[in-house]
Amino acid sequence: MHPSESLNNKQAGVGTHPLRFILWLMIISSTMAFAAFTSAYIVRRGEGNWLDVDLPQSMLINTIVVLLSSVTMQLAYYFARRDEISRVRIFLIVTFLLGIVFLIGQWHVWSELVLDNVHFGGGANPAGSFIYVLMGFHGAHIIAGLIFLAKTFNKTLQYKIHSRSMLPIGNCTIFWHFLGGLWLYLYLFLLLNH
Amino acid sequence: MAATNIPTGGAHAQEAPHVQHHATGDHHDEHHDHHDQHWLSKYVFSQDHKWIAKQFLISGIAWAFIGATLSTLFRIQLGWPDANLSWLEPILGRWIDAGKLNPEFYLALVTMHGTIMVFFVLTAGLSGTFSNFLIPLQVGARDMASGFMNMLSFWFFFLAGIVMFISLFLETGPAAAGWTIYPPLSALPQAIPGSGTGQTMWLVSMALFIVSQLLGGVNYITTVINLRTAGMSMAKLPLTIWSFFLTAILGLLSFPVLFSAALLLIFDRSFGTSFFLSDIYIGGEALNHVGGSPILFQHLFWFLGHPEVYIVIMPAMGIVSEVLATNARKPIFGYRAMIGSLIGISLLSFVVWAHHMFVTGMNPFLGSVFMFLTLIIAVPSAVKTFNWLATLWRGNIRFTSAMLFAIGFVSLFVSGGLTGIILGNAALDIQMHNTYFVVAHFHLVMGSSAFFGMFAGVYHWFPKMFGRMMDEKLGYVHFWLTILAAYLVFIPMHYVGIAGFPRRYYAYTAYETFNQFGNLNTFISIAAIMAFFAQFIFLFNFVYSIFRGRRATENPWGSTTLEWTTPIEPGHGNWPGAIPAVYRWPYDYSKPGAPEDFIPQHVPYSQTVSSNLPYEKEME
Ligand code: HEM
Ligand SMILES: [Cu+2]
Repeated sequence: MHPSESLNNKQAGVGTHPLRFILWLMIISSTMAFAAFTSAYIVRRGEGNWLDVDLPQSMLINTIVVLLSSVTMQLAYYFARRDEISRVRIFLIVTFLLGIVFLIGQWHVWSELVLDNVHFGGGANPAGSFIYVLMGFHGAHIIAGLIFLAKTFNKTLQYKIHSRSMLPIGNCTIFWHFLGGLWLYLYLFLLLNH
Repeated sequence: MAATNIPTGGAHAQEAPHVQHHATGDHHDEHHDHHDQHWLSKYVFSQDHKWIAKQFLISGIAWAFIGATLSTLFRIQLGWPDANLSWLEPILGRWIDAGKLNPEFYLALVTMHGTIMVFFVLTAGLSGTFSNFLIPLQVGARDMASGFMNMLSFWFFFLAGIVMFISLFLETGPAAAGWTIYPPLSALPQAIPGSGTGQTMWLVSMALFIVSQLLGGVNYITTVINLRTAGMSMAKLPLTIWSFFLTAILGLLSFPVLFSAALLLIFDRSFGTSFFLSDIYIGGEALNHVGGSPILFQHLFWFLGHPEVYIVIMPAMGIVSEVLATNARKPIFGYRAMIGSLIGISLLSFVVWAHHMFVTGMNPFLGSVFMFLTLIIAVPSAVKTFNWLATLWRGNIRFTSAMLFAIGFVSLFVSGGLTGIILGNAALDIQMHNTYFVVAHFHLVMGSSAFFGMFAGVYHWFPKMFGRMMDEKLGYVHFWLTILAAYLVFIPMHYVGIAGFPRRYYAYTAYETFNQFGNLNTFISIAAIMAFFAQFIFLFNFVYSIFRGRRATENPWGSTTLEWTTPIEPGHGNWPGAIPAVYRWPYDYSKPGAPEDFIPQHVPYSQTVSSNLPYEKEME
């Protein structure tokens, strides 16, 4: 961790900055919500009467997109440490755009599912509904991530992000990696348990 | 080290985040002098943890009276099932039909009573008040980690309250499927009118409430971990802080799960999914829903629901430990065991949820695993109880109002905890489940106990909150009436419960077997109404003392913890000068050799040479 991301002059307690710590706690609570959904999925699946859904190919493409966006996010962070602010901006924009592409891609997956006769509601089998819920709830998190990215970008415009002030972009990077990792988990989960 | 050159590390710790904000150039209105703050940001959208605590307390009290009023209404119905209730028409309007209470509205009353008491009063009102008030003051911080999120936490709670309150006045009535909102009852408006808009509003309100809890919880945890003053190691924290800290962790881990469950239920209700619904026929017609599992909902609900009962009780345990030690003028017995048992309870609380579901047809082997884990909880609970009793043993007890309520807490917790051990046995629970025995169990161990813990806290920290004292005589009257009424209400309920009387029944008159309990039910209702009226003594005392109470001194109870080192009415930032550093644990009461019977945490060992123990000599 970069020194400007921690608290100095601290006697007791841990050195993490409170805002960083709050971020971790929020990530934990989000994780619990997803853990609830996926365990509900497993429990329900164990009870039988389960529809076997073929996951659309484009899900794989989306996974690659979101992982790629983690790389660009990390690059933005890397350049911030080297005070190359214009590159930080470029990579934040690229990350943002990849996030949007991911969302559009997920939407596309939904329309493919509908074409496959896998529906969300209307007497549908929960096997399909669960996929929509997992993707939708993750999508809502991505939207939060996009807002976070936009705010971070705004801070680069005001020169509030540089090698001695890494907290905001550090938090944004952690959150974005979390979203990518979360999707990877959900994708693998669905692959293994559909 | 001499007292004069104590590094004011605490103050640094507080300023560091500000420095950070400067570095990032963040605009931060905390820097404005609070004297010229706008009244809106001072009294309404305040970010001062002490003010937010008072907001939680006063809303909590308001909700407690609403919740108690609802219970008084349904107790009237239960106590006098044949009576003509038209005199209630001015309040209840069309819910009284030809002198009779509408049976579906009865269920709505029970549901709203449970929801309000468990979530709005004993979670938000209790944790919200005391975590907010005491965490920064007792760990030695200027405020919470994020004042802004802390403020949002209150306003999300407020909004949740507004939605819930409005739902009371709906044409179809508020939610009526019980505080546990089991589907299919809660999912189908055709099943009961309350499952229409009322249930929707319940779910919306609860979603807002969960957001409020999470915003508050992350703040509490971060403040305890990050913003403790110099010298305040985790092993020097008062037990109040330990209990608030663990409570917040429980909330952080379990409320998101309730959120997930609520979301799935919303989809089932409004978007035609079938997570929890299957093969349902209403009026001979099959519903569209297939393939869902109502048991799944129960698993999700109780994964929150069981930790939730500890979210309610643990802050009360912390408060009681503190009040008992202070007023027995003795160190808390087994400080480390108290922390250990809190941690044990917290861990166990996540692996026992299915004891609420013994009769759902679960595999008996699985049932016995949950039974085993459930019964283990009795161990840390007993550790705490014995430690409280040992703290009282041969203490120099001061019977303040707070102390009475703390002792009352221990009594109620024991009485209710014992029946938990009965219910924890699957074989016995099959008989007791869904009877008044369960109602008696949790009203003693959770409802009454947590209320007593809360009262102890209010009487004890009132001087710090409002700079004045509450009236002790009224406090005694309030205590004796309340504890008497609580036992008179709940002890008979065990009896009717063992006889098989089911909970959530509108009237028992239609059942020959239960007719014999008519008088007993009337008796319970009379006691319940007495309990209700006793609370007005508290209300009067509370409001009167805020304006007219005797002026408080800086440390009226002779306490050791840091909040009593602040001015009588601490301003924004809590300490006018540097934050005191901490040298010792919070329970140096009646230490042999000390001139006074308490040594505050911020007094260094160099100033207490006469009372230092051998190993403390090195720290002089
Ligand atoms: C020795 C410790 C305890 C044990 C073994 C225990 C066991 C149980 C069991 C088995 C039930 C389910 C009864 C049924 O529905 O058939 C139950 C219900 C309940 N318990 Fe406990 N309990 C204990 C302590 C507590 C504590 C400390 C609290 C709260 C602070 C609490 C709150 C509740 C509540 C609220 C319910 C009823 C929920 C409902 O159905 O509405 N219990 N308990
Ligand atoms: Cu339980």
